[in-house]
Parts: sequence; C-alpha cells; structure tokens
Amino acid sequence: MSSTHETDVVRGIRSDYKYGFSNPDDAKDYFFKSGRGISHEVVEAISEHKGEPEWMRQFRHKSLDYFLARPMPSWGADLSGIDFENIYYYIRPTEKQADSWEDLPPDIKDTWDKLGIPEAEKKYLAGVGAQYESEVVYHKLQADLEAKGVLFLDMDSGLREHEDIVKQYMGTIIPQNDNKFAALNSAVWSGGSFIYVPPGVRVEMPLQAYFRINAENMGQFERTLIIVDEDAYVHYVEGCTAPIYSSDSLHSAVVEIVVKPRGRCRYTTIQNWSNNVYNLVTKRAVAYEDATMEWVDGNLGSKVTMKYPAIWLMGERAHGEVLSIAFGGKGQHQDAGGKVVHVAPRTSSVITSKSISKDGGRAGYRGLLQVAKGAVGSKSKVVCDALILDEESRSDTYPYIQVDESDVELGHEATVSKIGEEQLFYLMSRGLSEAEASAMIVSGFVEPITKELPLEYAVEMNRLIQLQMEGSVG
Amino acid sequence: MAQLEIRNLHVALEDGTEIVKGVDLKVDLGQKHAVMGPNGSGKSTLAYALMGHPAYVVTDGQILLDGEDIAELGADERAQRGLFLAFQYPHAIPGVTVTSFLRSAINANRKAASGGEDDPVPIPEFRTNLLAAMEELKVPRELASRYLNDGFSGGEKKRVEILQMAMLKPKIAVLDETDSGLDIDALRIVANGVNKLVGPETGALVITHYQRILDYVTPDFVHVFVDGRIVAEGGPELAHKLEAEGYEAFGSNGNGRGPS
Ligand SMILES: Nc1ncnc2c1ncn2[C@@H]1O[C@H](COP(=O)(O)OP(=O)(O)OP(=O)(O)O)[C@@H](O)[C@H]1O
Ligand SMILES: [Mg+2]
Repeated sequence: MSSTHETDVVRGIRSDYKYGFSNPDDAKDYFFKSGRGISHEVVEAISEHKGEPEWMRQFRHKSLDYFLARPMPSWGADLSGIDFENIYYYIRPTEKQADSWEDLPPDIKDTWDKLGIPEAEKKYLAGVGAQYESEVVYHKLQADLEAKGVLFLDMDSGLREHEDIVKQYMGTIIPQNDNKFAALNSAVWSGGSFIYVPPGVRVEMPLQAYFRINAENMGQFERTLIIVDEDAYVHYVEGCTAPIYSSDSLHSAVVEIVVKPRGRCRYTTIQNWSNNVYNLVTKRAVAYEDATMEWVDGNLGSKVTMKYPAIWLMGERAHGEVLSIAFGGKGQHQDAGGKVVHVAPRTSSVITSKSISKDGGRAGYRGLLQVAKGAVGSKSKVVCDALILDEESRSDTYPYIQVDESDVELGHEATVSKIGEEQLFYLMSRGLSEAEASAMIVSGFVEPITKELPLEYAVEMNRLIQLQMEGSVG
Repeated sequence: MAQLEIRNLHVALEDGTEIVKGVDLKVDLGQKHAVMGPNGSGKSTLAYALMGHPAYVVTDGQILLDGEDIAELGADERAQRGLFLAFQYPHAIPGVTVTSFLRSAINANRKAASGGEDDPVPIPEFRTNLLAAMEELKVPRELASRYLNDGFSGGEKKRVEILQMAMLKPKIAVLDETDSGLDIDALRIVANGVNKLVGPETGALVITHYQRILDYVTPDFVHVFVDGRIVAEGGPELAHKLEAEGYEAFGSNGNGRGPS
C-alpha cells in the first residue's frame, strides 16, 4: 500500500504538489465507512448514522431520485471519467469532533500541521473549521464572537442545534434538483459550515474552513449555509487540498448564502485540489436591499473544475461582485466563471475573470449576466482576460448576456494575450530566469484580484502561481 | 583584458539581414564610452545583441565579459555576470510594482551569486538602499508603488531605468539613448547617476545621438557608429566635431542601412 502510494506520488502530474502527502495507514482506523457506489441504502445509512430528523431523511432520498433521473451535463468540461460506482460517498474519520488540535488522532493532526492551519488560526483567523473526508473533525470560534451570538458550526451540528434555521433555508437558494451535482450533494451531503451572523455584528477577521480529502476515490460533499443578518459582515475563506492518487476523487459541494439588507458577505476560495479531483460545485447567494455579496474564487488545482458562483440581487441597490482566477495547467480543465441576476432596481455588479492556461491546460470563463424586467437603473460590468502561455494551451470565453430591461448600463471587455517576448527579455535582462520572469508576469496579470485578498492569502496565491509556473518548465 | 571586449561582432536579424557589421570595442571598469550614430545605424541592435535578445543573432565574433565569451548565454545569465542594459523603450509590466520587481531582481542576482542558493536581501536593507537611490535620482516616492513602466511618462521610464541600474550595481552598464525624452533637470540627475556609478567597479557605454548628455557625462572615449560599423574613434573632442559637422562627414547618407 505504502509503496503504491510512493509510485503514485512520483507519477503525479505536478511533482511539486506540496499537499500530495497522504496517510496510507489510516483507512482501517476510520470510524465509519460506507461501501463504494450510490444507492438508497447508502443514503439511508448516512442519514441513520447521523440520527437525522425525518424531513432530512426524505430530503435526501428525494434528492437521490433527482440525481438518478438527471442526465450528465452535456456542456462544460468532460465528465466521462467519473465512475459513480467506484466512489466512497461517506467516510467518518473520527467518533467525536475536537475543539483543540491536541484532541485529534495524531495522524489527522499531523495533516493539519503540515498544512499550517493551527499556526494560521493563532495568527489571523476568528474561527476555523477543518473537514477531513466527510466530517468536520475540528471546530473553534473565538469566544467574543460566540458571546455576540455568531454561530459557526459544522453543518451537521447546525442541523442538530438550529434545525429551524436550517429547515427554513436549506435547499431554498439552490433547490435540490437545480442540477445533477447539486442533487447528488443534497442526497449524500455531510459536513460543511453553518454560519449565522446576527444583525449589526461585524466579524473583522476571517472565518476559515479547510477541506481535505485523504482517501482515494473519496467523494466529499460538504454543504454550507451562511446567513448574514442586517448590517452584519463576515469574510469566510475556504481552502481545499488532497493527496495525489492515480484514480480520481470527487468534490461536489453546495454553498447557499443569504445576505440581508445592508449586510455584506465575502466568500473567498483558494481551491488547490490535487490533479485527480473532479471539482463540481454549486454556489449561489441572494443579496437583499443595499446588501453586498462578493465571491473571490481562486481555482488552481483539480483535474476538472466546473464552478460558476452566482448572485441574485433581490433588493434595491444590492451589489454583487465575482472575482475569479482560473489556472489550467497540464491535464487540467478549469471551466470557471460567474453568474449575476439583477432582479431589483438600481442593483450593480462587477465580474472580473482572469484565466491562465499552460502546458496544454484549459482555463476559461463561462458567465451569465441577466437583467430582469423592472431592474431599472441597474449597472453591470464584465471583464474577462485570458493569458495563454504556450501554443498547446487553450482558453475559452462564453459570456452570455440576457437583458429584459432597457434602462440599464452594461459594459463588457474581453482580452486574450500571450506573454510577450519583449516583456520576458526585459525582465530576464535584470537577472530573472525565464520561469521567474513568466511567473512575475502572471502574478501581475492576476494582481487586480490578489490585491483584494488579505495579505496572507495574497502571498499564498502568488506562491501557488509560482509553483504552477515552475511545475513543468522544460 | 578589459571588462567588456567585443571582437569583430556581426549581428543579423532573424531573416538574415546583417545590421552590425564587424564591431571591435573595449570597455573597462572606471571608463565611460560614448557610441554616437544616426538613426537606424544599428546602435540598439548592438545593445540588444550584447544583452542577448533572442531576435538578434550573433553571426560572427565574440562578446567577452571578464574574459568569458557570453554570446551563448541567456539574458538572465549575462545580467547575473554584471551586464546591464538601460532600454531605449522600457516595457510595461502591469500588476508588478517597481518595488516588488526590484526586490525580485536583486534576489535573483543574489541567488546566482551564491551558487543557486536563496539568499534574499533583508527587507530593511533593501528599503534603505531603495529610498536612498530614489532620493539621489529624484524619483518620486509614489512611483515605487506603481506598476513597472505602466503608464509612466517617457522621462519617468528613463529615470526608473537608472534607478534599476543604481540598485543592481552592474559591472558594465549599457545605456541606450537614456538621454532622449528627458528635460534638462532630469538629464542632469540621470547623468549624475551614471557618473556616480562609474568607478573601480563599473564601466559604462553610453549610446546617444546628441552631444547633450556628454556635457554632463564626459566620455573617456567616443566611437562614431555609422551603418553597423565604428567609423571613427577619439576623445571627447570628437563629439563636438560631430555636433558641428553632422554624421554625413563620416559617410552616413542620413538613412540607416546605408550603402555597403
Ligand atoms: N526586430 C527588427 N525587425 C526588423 N528590422 C529591425 C529590427 N530591429 C532593428 N531593425 C532594423 O535594423 C536597423 C537598425 O535599427 P536600430 O534600432 O539598431 O537602430 P538605432 O541605431 O538604434 O536607431 P535609433 O537611433 O533610431 O534608435 C533599422 O533599419 C531597423 O529598422
Ligand atoms: Mg536605438
């Protein structure tokens, strides 16, 4: 087992993938593991194991019916490599959730140490959730925020302790039959974050969740629900990694967000899955009067990503923003983008997409901008820039626009560029290697987005880009 | 042997057109050389070829830096060995600030100097040096946090080229028409920058059309460059003669690629 793993790492697509370690011995230590494949029995087992209320049990079974009935999407990326029968849909690694890193089993604690998470928690985070396989194994929120009534729990605890809120919202922003993968998530979801920020409370430091897939052929289906009440603010950050295996894993999350009047929510993703993960995520937010919703979406890892964070601007003057970086390296296809629907008058939105493709990879932008009749005085701007690093790589832009109101102001810009020989020569003439010079140009290209990130994340993002750039030069 | 020795250098474009047609030139530490020539005579081509621009092919001859033939090396390796080119038309790098660019460039050179081991410059030291150099060259503070050459005026670009030179402290600095586009105050400041750098550790090759910069950077040697060749050499007085008589006296027909 251990030697197979060694070979897999060596064979890995990105040999320098820093998070490629796994813990090969822990499979036998799992507290609970479902068999491979998906069925009503598996769904029943998950629900029963979790001791869920009847309505949730039915919600899951109904969702599975939807999943089984829906065909695979025929657009976007190639998903034919997903073998639903070979996936483990539920693995519970520990019996109990910890609120101190020391209480975790050593092998699991070691994983988080390697990822630097306990350190980050001490330095700049207001709260941390850490999900390993299907369950959140660690959870902690600063005491003062708890005292102010902020709720930051894993989704399963959220359901147990605040069933009324979960029941009120779950599946209302993203219906269980929204798309095949949202249906699958609704059937087998486990873990994820449940956040409620009471009126007027501003959570100044980010809340962060880390998602780690450790087992081969694992399916991770976390479910996140964030409610930002009136005049409240929260910045939620998620990071994702997995070891490199020769066969694929699946990550299919659903994230639903409600931002009430004058509230503001920023959701930042630094997706750095290993290159054997299918990452198919549905994210959608609704923003009411004068509320602001911002998705900052950095997609660097995975084999295939299909993700289009959406914002419905439901109240007057609501503002939505999608900032998306997609980096498609060798063997990767990043089908990323965003979707904004202007429902109410005088709403505004900005979508900024930066995609980079390299070594035969594909990265692109797929977006929908929709303005409903009556959303008078709305404004939107879509900017999508693509940087293609070599002849083998590819970038696609699909900017769909659907406008049913005439009193609107829309702007759309798109550019496609290559790294200029002159720019490279200029930087190299100062002593930078070709890889360093290219990485610098790429970092500059995504700067309009990284400058929006808190310093620690901007540094991390630039470091990841550097790794991608060095990845397979030559 | 001089720090930089160019021997019988021939440079062609990728389509085979020969632009530099046999140049011999020696620049030693502590020396200031001026290369003066009309538009299109091949001065920038010579400078690019020295620095290793991939579009200019050395078809014959040698470029020796500290005795080593560098004609096959990449631009980065030449820079790491102490060669610097102040560009006639510097390129913009959007999204990369002057400060972060300079720090990366210095670190790349330090890494090369320590045999490939990372040896980043301590931030306080870097800041002190940068602020001093900016003060010296009267580069406005706000320029340091702007994106490199992005939207810079012509004069700002030239000043930032000299700032880079001052920070990187090359052994041989080639300045390609750094004087053009500068107002008289800027010219004086830039010239002072060059004068300050040239010394026991550095020599300079100043490419220009005009006498103007040479009033401030008094050259030890002047080379008149016409149609890909050095056609006359002398001391500072040669520059004055050129200014008075023009390049035609040296066989230029006034439009590059002259009769051969
Ligand atoms: N990349 C190129 N492609 C085509 N022609 C080129 C290229 N580079 C230089 N040339 C030609 O080579 C000749 C010399 O150009 P170069 O730029 O070296 O002249 P210069 O002496 O620097 O002129 P100036 O004083 O105007 O800067 C010109 O005729 C120019 O058009
Ligand atoms: Mg020139």
